[in-house]
Amino acid sequence: MNSNVEFLGIKFKNPVIAASGTFGFGKEYDEYFDISVLGGISTKGLTLHEKIGNFGRRIYETPSGLMNSIGLQNPGVDKFIQEELPFLLSKDIVILANLGGGSIEEYVLGAIKLNETDIPIIELNISCPNVKEGGMAFGIDEKIAYDVVKEVRMVTNKKLVVKLSPNANDISKMAQACVKAGADGLSLVNTFNALAIDIYKRKPIFNNITAGLSGPCIKPIALRMLYEVKKAVDVPLIGIGGITNFEDAIEFIMAGADLIQVGSANFRDIYASKKIAEGIEEFMAKEKISNLKEIKGIIGG
Amino acid sequence: MKEANIKCKVLSNNEIAKNIYEITLQGNISGIPGQFYMVRAWEGLDPFLSRPLSISDIEGDIIHFVYEVKGKGTKELSSMKTNEVVQLTGPLGNGFIIKENMRSAVVSGGIGIAPMIYLLKQNHKMMDMFAGFRAEPYLIDVCNAHSKNLYVASEEGLGGYKGFVTELINVEDYDVIYACGPHPMLEALAEGNKDKAILYVSMEKYMACGIGGCLGCTIQTRNGMRRVCKDGPVFEAKEVYFDE
Repeated sequence: MNSNVEFLGIKFKNPVIAASGTFGFGKEYDEYFDISVLGGISTKGLTLHEKIGNFGRRIYETPSGLMNSIGLQNPGVDKFIQEELPFLLSKDIVILANLGGGSIEEYVLGAIKLNETDIPIIELNISCPNVKEGGMAFGIDEKIAYDVVKEVRMVTNKKLVVKLSPNANDISKMAQACVKAGADGLSLVNTFNALAIDIYKRKPIFNNITAGLSGPCIKPIALRMLYEVKKAVDVPLIGIGGITNFEDAIEFIMAGADLIQVGSANFRDIYASKKIAEGIEEFMAKEKISNLKEIKGIIGG
Repeated sequence: MKEANIKCKVLSNNEIAKNIYEITLQGNISGIPGQFYMVRAWEGLDPFLSRPLSISDIEGDIIHFVYEVKGKGTKELSSMKTNEVVQLTGPLGNGFIIKENMRSAVVSGGIGIAPMIYLLKQNHKMMDMFAGFRAEPYLIDVCNAHSKNLYVASEEGLGGYKGFVTELINVEDYDVIYACGPHPMLEALAEGNKDKAILYVSMEKYMACGIGGCLGCTIQTRNGMRRVCKDGPVFEAKEVYFDE
């Protein structure tokens, strides 16, 4: 018995990936545990050039979750490759380079640079709700999504996973459009566009007015979306959305996910992703599951 | 390897002024003045995030935090009883850099006094203390015991000088100033200081992870975007853009 997963021909030692934007480039968490115990890490969202991110408040706690408005602060693809990637490559962990952008050209140029590295998977972030120049529109309208995925597909031979937004007009159609454009797999969901107001200042908490909601409060909706996308397409899926313990992870796998990502839970407990990986193995032993394939998508539909 | 979620036993947890509590915990702890811990005093998913609290004092394996009850996290913490367990992750952040043989002042506003107690104790009778409060002053005895001179201000006139603490200090009397308090206080201090004294400010921002992973607490500085939790919380004032 082991929890290995083969995903697009790449071996993951377990189905747990640290989600983009919650785990930096791994170094901070590696001070607390060897991140090589995880199946994978999705990097902090990268853009072609450095971004300083959003001003004003960036974090707001909600019941069983939080809203964030970081705004894709990152060092840019080049600096990532020079300064952050060597550390990640020294680890026994599958790297997903999470790539964002404000225009198709920006995505394409970023993908060309990442294509030259030893990273096996590009996770295309068409769904960051906190970037004004249209990061959101790519994730909402399947026609625009189709164009960006198709253009990126043409410049990279890396495995291409597209990260979907729950804010898409129709997430099943969105999934189909991305697959048609050449996505090898899909990950879902990113954060939900949400609003919070400071009633004493009589204005929104965030400078951008809306921000992305994540955490256990979104899990049942994220799970339903994964289930729907599973019915709509025939590519491997990575389940994301409020996964906090191994039970949550198993739910996503039973709904049809090959792999799962742990995001906000990393903020609540530095060891969350490690504990989930261990919990899955304990569950498998207890339930006499020798390979996760046996329960993947078992709820049918 | 660093250790997270260090289990500590509550020794005491008392209200020392209106809405201000001091909790003492015993466990495998360490840290210097200006550093902080992520504190979690509850199981479950709500409150979701741990709370960053700066170290108020350390004696052996006993740590003190002085905190103000502001939201549901600090409310939960205030309900903790003796022998119950609180989980700590830390010490986090950089802490104050002590400049020796310099005329030193410590300036606090409100609950910003919390880390300054530890700073004063570690530099017993070496530093002048300027403690500002909105209403009733607190921790005055301990400040008195460990500062060279103590100056107190209360905006409501409930102790010492009536007004802002920044009106009490003459920055030209000092080579180095350590400050912790509300953003407007730090800004006023930096404004008044120009660059006469070396001014260290302990910044506060809402945090999620506390270890530098989420970029939720970033501030804009002259050295680029910096994380309050990992690169700070203590910065030299001349580095910080206060008007972000």
